[in-house]
Amino acid sequence: MPLIKQGRIVADPFQPVADGAALPGEGPILIGLARWQEERGLIAPRNTAIGVRLKPAEDVGQLAGDLDRLALVALEFPKFNDGRAFSQARLLRQRYGYKGEIRATGRVLRDQLLFMHRSGFDAYEVGEEITPEILAAAIASFSVVYQPAADGRPTANALRHRLSANQPLAGEHDLPRVGCTCAQ
Amino acid sequence: MAEQMVTANRLADGAVVFLAADGSWVERLPAGQVVPESEAAAQLKRAEAATRTEVVGPYLIDVGPGADGGIVALRYRERIRAEGPSVAWLVDGRTEAS
Amino acid sequence: MYAYDSYDQTLVTERVEQFREQVTRRLAGQIGEEEFKPLRLMNGLYLQLHAYMLRIAIPYGTLNTAQVRKLAHIARRYDRGYGHFTTRQNIQFNWIKLSDAPDILAELAEVEMHAIQTSGNCIRNVTADHFAGVAADEIEDPRIWCEIIRQWSTFHPEFSFLPRKFKIAVTGAPHDRAAVKVHDIGLLMHRNAAGEIGFEVVVGGGQGRTPMVGVTIREFLPKQHLLSYLEAILRVYNLLGRRDNLYKSRIKILVAAVGASKFAEMVEAEWANLKDGELTLPAAEIARIEAAFAPPVYDPADPFPPEVIAKRAQSKEFARWMRSNVAAHRQPGYAIVTLSLKPAGGTPGDATAGQMEAIADLADAHSLGEVRVSHIQNLVLPHVKRSDLPQLWEALKALDLATPNIGLVGDIIACPGLDYCSLANARSIPLAQQLSTRFADPERQQRIGELAIKISGCINACGHHHVGHIGILGVDKKGEEFYQVTLGGSADENASLGDIVGPAFAADQVVDAVEQVVETYLGIRQDTERFIDTYRRVGIAPFKEKLYAAH
Repeated sequence: MPLIKQGRIVADPFQPVADGAALPGEGPILIGLARWQEERGLIAPRNTAIGVRLKPAEDVGQLAGDLDRLALVALEFPKFNDGRAFSQARLLRQRYGYKGEIRATGRVLRDQLLFMHRSGFDAYEVGEEITPEILAAAIASFSVVYQPAADGRPTANALRHRLSANQPLAGEHDLPRVGCTCAQ
Repeated sequence: MAEQMVTANRLADGAVVFLAADGSWVERLPAGQVVPESEAAAQLKRAEAATRTEVVGPYLIDVGPGADGGIVALRYRERIRAEGPSVAWLVDGRTEAS
Repeated sequence: MYAYDSYDQTLVTERVEQFREQVTRRLAGQIGEEEFKPLRLMNGLYLQLHAYMLRIAIPYGTLNTAQVRKLAHIARRYDRGYGHFTTRQNIQFNWIKLSDAPDILAELAEVEMHAIQTSGNCIRNVTADHFAGVAADEIEDPRIWCEIIRQWSTFHPEFSFLPRKFKIAVTGAPHDRAAVKVHDIGLLMHRNAAGEIGFEVVVGGGQGRTPMVGVTIREFLPKQHLLSYLEAILRVYNLLGRRDNLYKSRIKILVAAVGASKFAEMVEAEWANLKDGELTLPAAEIARIEAAFAPPVYDPADPFPPEVIAKRAQSKEFARWMRSNVAAHRQPGYAIVTLSLKPAGGTPGDATAGQMEAIADLADAHSLGEVRVSHIQNLVLPHVKRSDLPQLWEALKALDLATPNIGLVGDIIACPGLDYCSLANARSIPLAQQLSTRFADPERQQRIGELAIKISGCINACGHHHVGHIGILGVDKKGEEFYQVTLGGSADENASLGDIVGPAFAADQVVDAVEQVVETYLGIRQDTERFIDTYRRVGIAPFKEKLYAAH
């Protein structure tokens, strides 16, 4: 299946390795979470890029300590309406600060692409009906977003109130509080 | 032996329709093609070929002779679907329509 | 009420363009139904028994008169001249063409309306107390927070493919008129000991196949933490809610499975990472939305206008209507008027285009241009000068919107049922019509007092039967319609689920059965005890006995 990354169809450098299968001698590999956890000692020192596949029910937190070593995390949409990977992607990007490739695999629908992009995906294994142009159009299909997400787009609120990183967040001293004597 | 008919909703306007003998979709159940149970699966396949742009969600219903001799759906739900809501609704001028 | 700024308007307009493009692709056959259906659902367009049904969102049940007139126009131009108000404060049109849907959504966008997320496994319309902003017992207007939640939940990238639908309701008053305890998340506004206002967070309420009253997972959440806390709940649900079984996918199942305190721990643990982060609302934004819901400037008005006193003395009918359909307002000299969409023999919750247009005119003349939708399928004029009541009553009578039955036995909730809905097993509307006809006598209704009948045509419980004082569930027994009766449900702050009274009744027996329940109650009530209080005092036995005596 075509892989779209950085606006183009690219060759996939990663060899997917099934759970029981032998690892190839060299080259980037994509393995399951359990295998990575069991064989980390053998695999991590290899002089190659490593990718881990997560199933929707698997806990992203289990990779937290390994993310520096992983060039790729592949997340799955087994059915299009299984939205767990959106949470997994956001946690990877925003909770754990993951900078590598987050790849969407499985049933990737055109009309989910914007949500995937906003959740932190940056690579998409797609059917032929989704082209780089369609992906780009999907990502651009809304010029306003309400919520902060992994893509860092300024939200409607940020634009409304022209917030910058220097402005204080609403906290104790921003909301009127009964009995508060602070100078505000 | 049970008799059946294929029904669906028209894609563009959602109208309830029935598959007729000539392959067209008609709005009145009595004009739909009655098939014996043994041919029903094949009939449904014919219908599914049309689903891209004509109709949505074809399925089979049981039909049989009604009180006045015409063909009706046997299941109450399908009769309501074929004939319209059992209750009138209000329209302006406080007259009721069905 | 909240008015869109350019950001809100842009979002809705772009959504219309996106949907128009999706519909065009569908009609041309470029995508099939399997791929199109979730898109259609996320724009509130269902394929129902007879045609497409469009469910339009009415955020927290608040409408201005331009919106009411637009709904009337849509009823006339694109439907069959009427609409149906639902138990989630939305409106449904039953005869919509897919090919018209993009134009309808474009027209709705002109008046700041949409059908976004009124279906699908996403966060749905956030509902509120229909007396918000004007109720005498209110702590704070819950709609401020409903609007904040609405924006946060619209096109939320992480939470648009949840295990199942997700419903949130907010009450700002101690008397809960929004049924928050039977929602996936219910928010109750309270004042703490320091006088600060915050939210009690209740999770895991719901009806349907496994009805449950929600559990409190946090007693007091300060306002500025609302969105980060909701995000934590939704994330836990998105990751851990069941996806293997449609009937076990709601958050209530997850809460019951892990237990309330463990669930609360999981939420708090996730929240610890989110608290005070990017979801903390800027004070300026809270202020902006609060300003939108600031009380209107009320003209001074006489709390005891002589025309009302005179009319009350002169007309028993008017007095009766005032007692049941007019509620106390926080502003002296004003009243909250409920328009009954439950005429005897009518379809609960339906209104014609003509009625909607007339209601818009009346709202402009008598309610500062505002109308509310209640989850009990009635409409409300929230800002009526008491001195206007006699004139308003005459106008409402002429429109058949003044049936004096609010909160009484004639104020029946009924889902569309098998007459309209492809999920139903039995019809609800004819039963509602028969019941409201049987109990039509207004004096009898007042004698009976507060009594909520709620009817659902299937287990999905859109008619809220689990929380009816008398709940009725239509079932299919070998092709025949039967009706199972429950007693003792309640939707308010003392929420409870009804108890099944016994074997289901045939369609031609259930109206008599309900009447027997009512008569039994009248025979054993003490003083002015309401039905629900009598039931809680005596239990099910006396009712069971009377109903099944002959068997």
